[in-house]
This record gives sequence, structure tokens and C-alpha cells, in this order.
Amino acid sequence: MSKEHVLKVENVTMQFGGVIAVDNMNLEVNKGEIISLIGPNGAGKTTAFNVITGVYAPTNGAVYFKDHKIIQNHPQGKMKKLYQGENAREYAGQHVMAPTPDKITKLGIARTFQNIRLFKSQTVFENILIAKHMLRTSNIFTATFRLNAREEAKMRQEAEELLKLMELEDVRNELATSLPYGKQRHLEIARAMATKPELLLLDEPAAGMNPQETMELTQFIGRIRDEFGLTIFMIEHHMDLVMEISDRIYVLDFGKPIAEGVPEEIRNNPRVIEAYLGGADDE
Amino acid sequence: MSSKTKTMWNVGLIGGLLLLLFVLEQVIPSSSMFFTVLKKGAIYALVAVSMNLLNGFTGLFSLGQAGFMLVGAYTYAILTIPVESRHSVYQYFDGGIIQFALPVPVALIAGGIAAAIFAYLIGLPVLRLKSDYLAIATLGFAEIIRAVFQWDKLGPITNGSNLLRNFPSFKSVLYPFVVAGICIALIVLLINSTYGRAFKAIRDDEIAAEAMGINLAHHKRLAFVISSFFAGISGGLLAMYQTSIQASMFKSAMTYEILLIVVIGGIGSVTGSCISSFLFIACSEWWLRFLDNENLYIGGFHVPLLRPGFRKVVFAVIIMLMVLFYRRGIMGDKEFSLEAIRNFFRRKFGKGKEAKGGASHE
Repeated sequence: MSKEHVLKVENVTMQFGGVIAVDNMNLEVNKGEIISLIGPNGAGKTTAFNVITGVYAPTNGAVYFKDHKIIQNHPQGKMKKLYQGENAREYAGQHVMAPTPDKITKLGIARTFQNIRLFKSQTVFENILIAKHMLRTSNIFTATFRLNAREEAKMRQEAEELLKLMELEDVRNELATSLPYGKQRHLEIARAMATKPELLLLDEPAAGMNPQETMELTQFIGRIRDEFGLTIFMIEHHMDLVMEISDRIYVLDFGKPIAEGVPEEIRNNPRVIEAYLGGADDE
Repeated sequence: MSSKTKTMWNVGLIGGLLLLLFVLEQVIPSSSMFFTVLKKGAIYALVAVSMNLLNGFTGLFSLGQAGFMLVGAYTYAILTIPVESRHSVYQYFDGGIIQFALPVPVALIAGGIAAAIFAYLIGLPVLRLKSDYLAIATLGFAEIIRAVFQWDKLGPITNGSNLLRNFPSFKSVLYPFVVAGICIALIVLLINSTYGRAFKAIRDDEIAAEAMGINLAHHKRLAFVISSFFAGISGGLLAMYQTSIQASMFKSAMTYEILLIVVIGGIGSVTGSCISSFLFIACSEWWLRFLDNENLYIGGFHVPLLRPGFRKVVFAVIIMLMVLFYRRGIMGDKEFSLEAIRNFFRRKFGKGKEAKGGASHE
């Protein structure tokens, strides 16, 4: 079977001081899949996202995107002594790769945030248009003197089309923050889509949504995957949503991956049930 | 209004304004306070807009504007003093080492470029900082620039802490209006371009902007350098207006004045900065002058409290009231336009009637 890796996380450990937030994580996301990352609060899910998107450089390990290594690091400086994770030797002495988030986005990995981060003073349309800035070919002079008129028109047209596809056309000129919560989530996903990604990372897209909105979102995510040929990797707590649309699920607990598989396997996995319901007193 | 008629209206309006100025200049004696305010107001409008580009549109709280104006003013002055008068200006330094003079427009642009280069170098370490730390660091650098320009060892170029004078200046009030107008138009074009949108995105949410593929370091540096470029040009204009300059003029108090103009006009509003700069200059130079007059009588009644310097007290109180009760400034983050005025009157007086012009700026 020819599975094409879009994202591969290899031995990634993220340690803050003496706390290991992500412990030797390995995962693979294949083209066209919807993968969910679940786990109890504080399991390190968002930290894992932040490593993949370049917000943090991992303490150790590597990340591949479409079989190209994009991030790599090994314990350095003070971390050399403090490091408590595994596989430190494997990457020692190798070239450190720690791109900033904007470079990661340019490669084709877009993300949304757990707590919505829209551009507050901008309208819905402008929010999407800003994401098109990344794809510009103009420089500051051609942009100022309007020599990029054709590109600008194309940007606007693409943003318009995206608005239509994302069912945000009717609120086009409203301030982003004046939208209802569910729509703001839609807009955030639409904005991420405007960068034309191949891999979309969604950080708790259904957080704070009611069952009705969650259901709509489930359909929405499935639809954009099909229409744009996307690969989606998401963190989510709503089990209905996760079980319904995920092709595979990874479970994280205390930074360590404890299970992996299709929804049916995860549902019946005793370790997952223990992590969620608690063996003793942890949540 | 379609965008074409809108442009026509704006061009017509600006043309009319310049014509009006031209006519006024023929009618009113040139020593009138009115022209002082207009000249200085135009120069301050430019530097206020350039500061607004940084503070209001990119969200970088920088206080280095006076320093960059100084660089621009000095570059302009040094490059334009006529060769024959260099000896009298640089009397302690054997006429200085620069023995040529450039045409005025070239020197103005050179002033802008010099300020931009300084900004680039200062920006390398400083732009890693955020909010108030950035403000303190830029303020510090502006003071350092001032001190360096006063340094005796640089005397052959900067004339040390002595006056620079005899460089060409302007007579007509149209000159600063045209130059500042062109520069502000360029800034507006920039703000409305895709780069301007990126700047606003950085202001609204840095983390989201970065996640949308906007290179933070690059764009912040860009905004900083461009803002300083225009501050440099306005420094050159200020030198022309004052006919002689000295580094000690460009103290941090000057930056605060510009910051005040920006805040009063509305952070994030270009037209707000322009309007408030004229109001500010008019108040501080002209309208409140009578408060300094110790012997003011209104129909035989001797007005108490008035004495030299009292104007500053009143001015400070006005600003305090402004900040307390009118925090968003004159314009907030809105822009002043014909369309806005029309809509304002439509809302006020119902649909049928259409009133034009003479709107309050509030």
C-alpha cells in the first residue's frame, strides 16, 4: 500500500526546565486522513502542536513534512544536563533546524488556535485577505505604488471565493469579533485555509460549542477535507466529533503516547479508559 | 460614490486647499501667526503620521522619533550649507570637511535615508523587545544619537554642539504642505496595500499574524525603517522652517509632543494625526498665547493668575481632560473623508437633504 506521509513526528521530546511536556512522541499523518490527538487536560497536546508549528523548538527529535525534515533539535547548553528524555544521542551533533512559525506556514502547514485569535479590528473579509499576504510576489515598493494591481485583484478574488465556500459571505463586512462564537471558529478555519495549506492543524475546533454547532462543525471539517484535498490533524475533546470523523486517533497522557488506532480500537482500549476516567485520583 | 469620483473629489479638495493657501499668502502678511502654525503644523503632521504608522498601525510603541528627526535635520543641513558660507558656520572647525552642497530635494531625501539607516541599525537589537521595553530602548537610542551628534570630535561634520545655519529654507507655506502631503499620501498608500494589512495584523495579534505566514522580524523592521525615513524628511523640513538647528532642540520632550499629537488625533487614524497636529501647534503657539499676558483687562477687570508660562498650565489641563474623558482621541481609528461627512449628515438630517462640507471633525 502506498501511503504518503504528510507529517511525521519522530522522537519529539519537549522539556521545560524539569517538566517534560511531550515525551518521545512518534506519530504519522498520511495524505487525506483526519487524525485526532486526544488526551486528558495537561497531557501536552497543544505543546505538541506548538512544536510542529514552530512556536517552540523541541528539546529533542525531528519533524518531517512530506518526507522533508523541517524541524530538528537535540539537547543543548543547560538542557544537556537537565534532559530526562530518550534518544538524546540520535540527534546529537546534527544540524539544528528551528524555523519560525511563518516559515512553517509557508511550507503548507496552517493552524488554528485553542482560544480564538482573529484580527480584532478587521472585518471578516480583511481577516482572510491578510492570510493571502503570505503568497505575495510584490515587494514593498510595488505594493505601495500599486504596481501589483493584478496580484491584489487576484488576492481579493480568491478571498471572495473562499468566503463563499466557507459560508461566510453574508457577514463579509462585519467585524470579526462581532460574529457569534461558532462563526468565529469557521472564520479562523477559513483564514487558515486562505494560506493554501496541505496540512491543517486544528486546536480544539469545537471548544465551547453546543451539540448543534458541534454537529455542523463535524460536517464542515469533513467537507473541507474532501473539497480541498486536505489532510487534517486536530486536537479535540468532543468524543462524538472525534469518533465520527477521525480515521485514526492518537491518545496522549502525561506527554506520552499511550494508544493509537481507529476509533473503535480506542473506544475499547483499557489504557485510554483508565487515563480518562482515572485509575486513582488524576483527572 | 464610486472610487473614481471619490478620487476626483479628493484631488479637487486638495487642489482647492493649495489654491486657498496660495491666495491667503497674497492677502495676509507673511509674518502672521497663521502661517507659522500652518508651516509647523504641516511638518508635525508628517512626523505624527510617521509615528502613527509605527504606534497605531503596527503596534510598536516606539519613542525614537525625535532622534530620527535629528538625523534627518542634520543630514539636510550639512549637505546644503553653501560652500561659501561654510567657513563662517564651521568657524571652530576650519570650515568643516564637507566642501560641497547638494540641491534641496536631494538633501531632503538623503536626510530620510540617513534616518532610515540609523533605524535599521538600531532596530536590529531593539525590535526584539515588546511594548514598554521597546519604548524605553528607542527613547534611549534617540538620546544617544543626540549626544553623539553633539560630540566635539565629530565637529568637522556636525559642528559639535554649535548651531548649523545658512542652509536654504522655504518662504512659502506651500512648500511644507506639498512635501508633507506627498509623504503622507505615500504612507496612506502603504497602509492600504497588502503590507499595510500585514502591519495591522501584527498590531492585532502577533501570534496569529506569524501563524498566517507573516515574518514578524522582517515586517517590524520594515515599519520601523519606513517610519524613520519619513521622520527624517520631516526633520529636514523642520530645519528649513527654523533656519538654524542645534542637536539640543531634539530632546525627548519633542517625542512626547509628537506622541501627544498622535494620541489626541486618535491612534490608528492618519487624518486624526493631521488634524490634531494643526490644533496642537495652534494651541501651543498661538491661541493660548494670551494667557501669558500678565496685564490682560476685560472691560476694566484685571484677569488674575495670568503670567508668563501660564499657557502651559492650561494646556496641560486640557490634555489631561482629553485623556481622561476622550480617550480615543479626535478620530478614534476612523478616517476623515467626504463620504464619512455625507453619511454623518444623512444620519443626522434624514435622507433627502444632502449637506456638504463644514463638518465638525468629531
